[in-house]
Amino acid sequence: MLDPSQYFTIPFDTWVNDFVRGFLVPNFRPFFRALQVPVNQVLMALDTFLAWVPMLAMTAIFALLAWRIVGKSMALVTIFGFLFVDLIGLWPDTMTTLAMILTSVIFCTILGVPVGILVARSDTTWKIVRPILDVMQTVPSFVYLVPIVMLFGVGMAPGIIATIIFALPPIIRMTNLGIRNVRTDLIEASEAFGATYSQTLFEVQLPLAMRTIMAGLNQTLMLAMSMVVIAALIGAGGLGQVVNTGLGRLDVGGATAGGLGIVVLAIVLDRITQGLVEPSDPNRMTFRQALGTLFSGQKRPPIKQESGSRAAFKGSPIP
Amino acid sequence: MTVKLTAKNVSKLFNDDSGEGARRLAAGESKEEIFKATGVTVGIDDVSFEVQEGEIFVIMGLSGSGKSTIVRTLNGLIPPTSGSIVIDDVDVASCSKEALRNVRRQKITMVFQHFALFPHKTIIDNVAFGLKLKGVDKDERHKQALASLAKVGLDAYANSYPSQLSGGMQQRVGLARGLANDPEILLMDEPFGALDPLIRREMQDELIVLQKELKKTIVFITHDLNEAMILGDRIAIMKDGAFVQVGTAQEIVSDPADDYVRAFVSDIDRSRVFKVSDISNDAAWVKVDATARDALGVMDKAKSDLAYVVERGVPVGLLMRSDALQCPRNTPVREVMFAEPPTISEEAFLNEVYGAAQGGVPMAVTDDDGKLVGVVSQDDIFEQLAADEEEPEAPTEETDEQKQKPAANQPASE
Ligand SMILES: Nc1ncnc2c1ncn2[C@@H]1O[C@H](COP(=O)(O)OP(=O)(O)OP(=O)(O)O)[C@@H](O)[C@H]1O
Ligand SMILES: [Mg+2]
Repeated sequence: MLDPSQYFTIPFDTWVNDFVRGFLVPNFRPFFRALQVPVNQVLMALDTFLAWVPMLAMTAIFALLAWRIVGKSMALVTIFGFLFVDLIGLWPDTMTTLAMILTSVIFCTILGVPVGILVARSDTTWKIVRPILDVMQTVPSFVYLVPIVMLFGVGMAPGIIATIIFALPPIIRMTNLGIRNVRTDLIEASEAFGATYSQTLFEVQLPLAMRTIMAGLNQTLMLAMSMVVIAALIGAGGLGQVVNTGLGRLDVGGATAGGLGIVVLAIVLDRITQGLVEPSDPNRMTFRQALGTLFSGQKRPPIKQESGSRAAFKGSPIP
Repeated sequence: MTVKLTAKNVSKLFNDDSGEGARRLAAGESKEEIFKATGVTVGIDDVSFEVQEGEIFVIMGLSGSGKSTIVRTLNGLIPPTSGSIVIDDVDVASCSKEALRNVRRQKITMVFQHFALFPHKTIIDNVAFGLKLKGVDKDERHKQALASLAKVGLDAYANSYPSQLSGGMQQRVGLARGLANDPEILLMDEPFGALDPLIRREMQDELIVLQKELKKTIVFITHDLNEAMILGDRIAIMKDGAFVQVGTAQEIVSDPADDYVRAFVSDIDRSRVFKVSDISNDAAWVKVDATARDALGVMDKAKSDLAYVVERGVPVGLLMRSDALQCPRNTPVREVMFAEPPTISEEAFLNEVYGAAQGGVPMAVTDDDGKLVGVVSQDDIFEQLAADEEEPEAPTEETDEQKQKPAANQPASE
């Protein structure tokens, strides 16, 4: 009774419809179509390549990476995980998903690191970009899909573009943070010896920010992982599609299998990229500790130099 | 001597966008008043000085007095609000970025209080950093960096990382990095401030030894007057962004410009400030083939109770009046003198001659060639060391005036 909407409503949905359908789509569709081209090319190349590499060779490569970067136990987890995925018949879908994730991460890096460098350089730019990132991270992932479909249509490339947008904020944030946290006396030293801006950037700031940037990459990767499943709703393939099909048909077994495939891939990718963040540990973890960290999902404290980076871990959803 | 660096009327006000602080400063308000009223910090307040080629110019002051700010204006890390800083005809306060970069690459380098070594680079790459910026190729810059590391005795650590070295070693690397570019001017902002006293002494001595060989123009910042006295050819004492007094260690200790400086000087180790030459007196002397009569004549003339016996200028013996009186007047001095009298170098600091002074015998003062230039007795030494006990001069009008317009702005002419 005491509801203003009984007397007055704002036709917000119509406004948005008019704006998108009446303005954006007719005027900019070719532009948005063109954006898909590079994404598609990278995706195709990666997908073809990953499908071409034999399963055992791929497993060996990942096991080796896990062993070098994390430790022996993670290598074992990788081998058994991948074998399991293969035995339940989901290897091709897993590789498609991997191609999609890698494509997203590649584009996120290409876009995110330079933007991060830019916003680290100027407070004004950071003040503008920061609220945009905040909004990007609070909008639920499903909501992305609507405008994406309107502008880009359905299929693989639009799914990946949605993923890129969704996964972009952490790498921008962490690049910015990493660069800003480089000790000022080191920047001063660099300048005192006559460094140009780009010399300081490449000789001092980026190397010292690298661990923080890697932490951002890890978060971006995990966000991409979670989005790739949702993106299957608009026609992106891979494991997400397996899950969706399973759900649609009330096929519990199929959906669970797809879900397990995603979990295996997520664990392997997460641990390997986390290993890049942490300083190499002289006494490697025992198997039990490794299992413990796998299931606790707890991130070990980040790098000691960047005390602020812990705060930045908050606020990004953990997949 | 040529002037290497000239700072003229340099001022720096932090957060003074409106210029309000500058107006108040010109109107004579103090640093504190200006900060309370406007939030503007006076970093440097109208400082002028010249640094001669090959000189160690020390700027000394308490924390917050603006030492770091001033040394950073010298290489343009902090642009001054007004004034000019000229290094060989280039005004680093107003030149283009490009020109400033060239000055930094060719002429002036810096050593930092907390070392500021790059943790991700090996020691040799840290030292070669300046050369890399200049585009020197890898083999050449490593060769030069290694030579520079050898100067500070750390060439064996070329491939270590900074975190593997102790503080003292890290600062040696910092020094080597500053020297690798072969700069003409070296800025050192409290380089030994983070080191413990023992290592600090060691580094001071090492810097003195290095400087004898390198003869760089050095601007050295410290908050420790003892360190300033040991290292500085000239010392500027800074307070609230302004220079209160500029002079040699001896000038500052024996004639402090105001109470602020006097307070600093009162607990200084004077034996490390004054040299033997500062207290040496004229010595009576005779040649080695003279007789006792000649010696007594010389002593009477010099109103002294002793005379040195010299051979080609070098003191070979000491003759006391009592000994000369007891022998026949025509005895050759050679037969009645003490052979090998104690000698000290005129360049020695007083703390180095305590040992020799214990003997109670006056000491012959010699120059670099070992020739006799004077004599110093134990009493002379103690008198100089106790000089701060003497009644302070009554403040005259002149010193009051000096307080308002510090003596700082007159470039010392040497
Ligand atoms: N970037 C800045 N912004 C505002 N004020 C500053 C800035 N840098 C220095 N100051 C102020 O300028 C004054 C001089 O600082 P400076 O660092 O030169 O002192 P200092 O003599 O080097 O002291 P210390 O011995 O502690 O290093 C201080 O009052 C300080 O607060
Ligand atoms: Mg300082």
